Parts: sequence; structure tokens; C-alpha cells
Amino acid sequence: MVLVLNDFSHAFSKAFQLIFQLDPALIEIIGLSLRVSITAVFIASLIGLPLGAALALYKFHGRGIIVALLNAFMGLPPVVVGLVVYLLLSRSGPLGVLGLLFTPTAMIIAQVCLITPIIAALTRQTILDANVEYHEQLRALGAKASRMMKTLLWETRFSLMTGVFAGFGRAIAEVGAVLIVGGNINHATRVMTTAIALETRKGDIELALALGIILITISLIVTSLVMSAKHAAYQYHS
Amino acid sequence: MLHTNIIANMNEVNALPLQVNNLQITKNGNALLSDVMLSIESNDVTVILGPNGAGKSLLLRSAHGLETLSKGSLQWNTHTPQPQHSWRAYIFQKPVLLRRSVRANLEYVLSLHNINKAEYTSLIDTALEHTGLSQLADRNARVLSGGEQQRLNIARAWVLQPKVILLDEPTAELDPNGTAAIERLIKTIAQQGTKIIMSTHDLGQAHRLANDIVFLHQGKLVEHTPAKSFFEQPQSKMAQDFIAGKLLNGD
Repeated sequence: MVLVLNDFSHAFSKAFQLIFQLDPALIEIIGLSLRVSITAVFIASLIGLPLGAALALYKFHGRGIIVALLNAFMGLPPVVVGLVVYLLLSRSGPLGVLGLLFTPTAMIIAQVCLITPIIAALTRQTILDANVEYHEQLRALGAKASRMMKTLLWETRFSLMTGVFAGFGRAIAEVGAVLIVGGNINHATRVMTTAIALETRKGDIELALALGIILITISLIVTSLVMSAKHAAYQYHS
Repeated sequence: MLHTNIIANMNEVNALPLQVNNLQITKNGNALLSDVMLSIESNDVTVILGPNGAGKSLLLRSAHGLETLSKGSLQWNTHTPQPQHSWRAYIFQKPVLLRRSVRANLEYVLSLHNINKAEYTSLIDTALEHTGLSQLADRNARVLSGGEQQRLNIARAWVLQPKVILLDEPTAELDPNGTAAIERLIKTIAQQGTKIIMSTHDLGQAHRLANDIVFLHQGKLVEHTPAKSFFEQPQSKMAQDFIAGKLLNGD
């Protein structure tokens, strides 16, 4: 038992050493993780924000089905998303000619599929709620539907940020999809979560632990951003 | 003080008279307004009076194109009202202001109505000045007091320099000071030639502001008479009871 504890504290001190020495391998992995997930959140927001707002404001055939799918897709298992994107991008798949499998782009695509439903569904709910308050007023002022949508997106920007950060939190912490479509290739597609899984299996606890600490720190930062966004939204609402 | 392009726009529109012909609005099988015949020609303050549930808001909303008529018609001169008309503004009892500065709230309204950007500053400054909000121009609209919010609500209507402003119980949520400020504003706007139609259930307010009274009860027009004769010699029994304080909510 003493031995195990010793190992553990040794691993910890080595991990902190790696972090404070800005170990190049570590930095490379963190950099790729952030690049992939931030890009994915950006693209997912470009799709999810207007999609969610449109689903809240426009009536059209099939809206109910899209909303139901969206809510179901919020909890998609990452490995399944990974599998589907893998099949689409694999050499014999419909998008195989693009040669994207096992590239960061493939990982971005998989993460976009994972988090767009989250951002869209949260946006829809936020815009629905805001519309109750604003609709009559904006209509009486003479706003047309498209302008109303833009106005509501801007008015609820702090609440919407919560959804965007939640999407980022899910993207950066996810293993299954990026592992399948990225392949965890060193210096190419290795991100924090896949590296942790690999290094742990190899017994290189120090690097795994260092990455784990960074990942938790990023999660904490994101969580506090979510909380301050909520706080700002609350202040703006009161 | 005159803003050429808007005024030019406005001059093309003759809003009055407002002609209401056999208006009926039915919701879920209930006739909330029925057989309303009304003609408003004078360019001053018309007050729609009546107890709660009389259909005051519904009539005002119809005049701004916010309601679907079940029967009959409502026309401003030759125009069927649509909320997009920039020559007419509608003011709710409780303003919903945008989460941005006072000035930006006014810019927003102008941007909805294709107004030349070069005109923005002078139009906004004029509206702010009239409503006593110049000092608060850069303040977030949502942190204003209730009275200031309602003044901004009025500035938001006035900034377009409309021919007609419709107000639905504009002082129902205000204290006596706030109410007095809004009543002064309404008088000023009317004096500058904008037609005012407002609803209230406050007899004192009707007395202070009205040139003519449209008295509604249970979705029906009971009488439309000059304010003076309405208060001195109401024609209908219901108006007499209302003035005497005997007519309570929808009884």
C-alpha cells in the first residue's frame, strides 16, 4: 500500500514537472485538442444557433420530427458517431475520395456531429422562452420574421453562450469518436483524451496524469465561463 | 426640427379618419368585440374607456393590425393597418425593451423602417430631448426605472414621428409621478399634431386627457361622445354607472 502511494505521488510530481517544463510532446497534444474542439464548436455554432432559432420561430412540415431527432441526438454515444463518420470517410465510403480519414479534419467533423444537436436544442429552448416575452413587442414595432430571429439571437447571447460552452466541454472531453476517426496517430491526430487512454495502457502514468490534470483544468475554466455567462444572462434579465 | 425624408413620407399618408365598420372579433367561440361601428376624425386625444374585459385592448390592437378580424372592417382612411406601417406606433402597457443602450433601442426602431442613416442622430436626439432621456442615452435600457422605461417606450414610438400613436393603458403600472410625466408627454405629442388613441380604466386620466371618449362595455360600443358631454351628461345608463363607480369588472 505504501509502495502504491509512493508511486502515485511520484507520478504526480513527474506530471507537474512535465507541465511546468512545457514538455513539447504535451504542448503538441494540448494544442491539437484545442484546435480540433474550438474549430468544431465554431462550426457547430454556425449551424446550431440559426437552426435552433429557426426551429423555435418558424412553423413548417417536419419540424416536430427534427426537434425530436435533435433531442435524441443530444445524448448520442460518441463511439457511434465515430463509427458513422468512419464509414462515411473510409476509402470505400461515399466521402472516401476526400481522403480525410485519420486527419484532424475527420475529428472535427465527428465532433461537429456530436455537439451541433446540443447547441441547436439549447438554442431552440432559449429562443422559445425569449419569444414569449419579445414576440408581440417586436411585431408591433414592425419587425419581420427574419429580423426577429436575429434580434432574439442577439438579445439572448449570454444564455446562448452557456450552450456553446457546454458543447465545447463535451467535445474536448470525448474519446470514442476522435479515436475511431482520428486513429490516435502520434504527431498527427493524438489529442488529450486518446493520449490518456493510450499512455495509461502503456504504463506511462506520468504523461497520462499530466494530460488529465490539464483536461480537468480546462473543464474547470469552461465550467466557470458557463457560470459567468449564466450570471451575466441573469443580470441582464433582471 | 423637421426631418425631410420622414416628413415627406408622412405627408403622403392620410391616416384619418379611422373607420370601424361592424367589427367583430371572436375567440374560442366567444365574441370579444361585436358590432363595433366607429368613426374617429378629429386629430387629438381619443380615450377608450371601460372596465376590464370591455375589449379596449382588442380594439386598439386591431387598429394596429395585430388582430385578425372575424367580421367587419377597420381602416385608416384607405389603409388596412399592418404593424409594419411607420406612420403609426403602438405602445404596450408594459414595455419590452431591448438589452442595449437607450440610444440603441431607438436606433433599432429606425433600422426596422428603412430610414436614412444620416437622419438617425437628429431623430434620436429629438426624441430623447422630448422625453427627458438625453442624460440616460448611454444607459442600459433594462436598468431604467419603471417610469423611465415607459418614457423610452414612448420615445421609441415618437422617434418615427408618426401620424398616429396608439397606447394601451400606458400608465397602469406607474406611480403618480410617473403617470403625470407620461400624461404631460401625451399632451405634448398631441399638440404637435400626432393623433393619440389610448385606453384607460382611470376616469381621472380620461378627464385630464380626452377630447372624445369611446366607451366600451362587454365587447360592445356603448357610446362615442365628446369628453365634456360624456362626463357631464352621459347618454347611456352604463356610462352613468361607470362614472358613478358602480360598474365593476365586466359586471
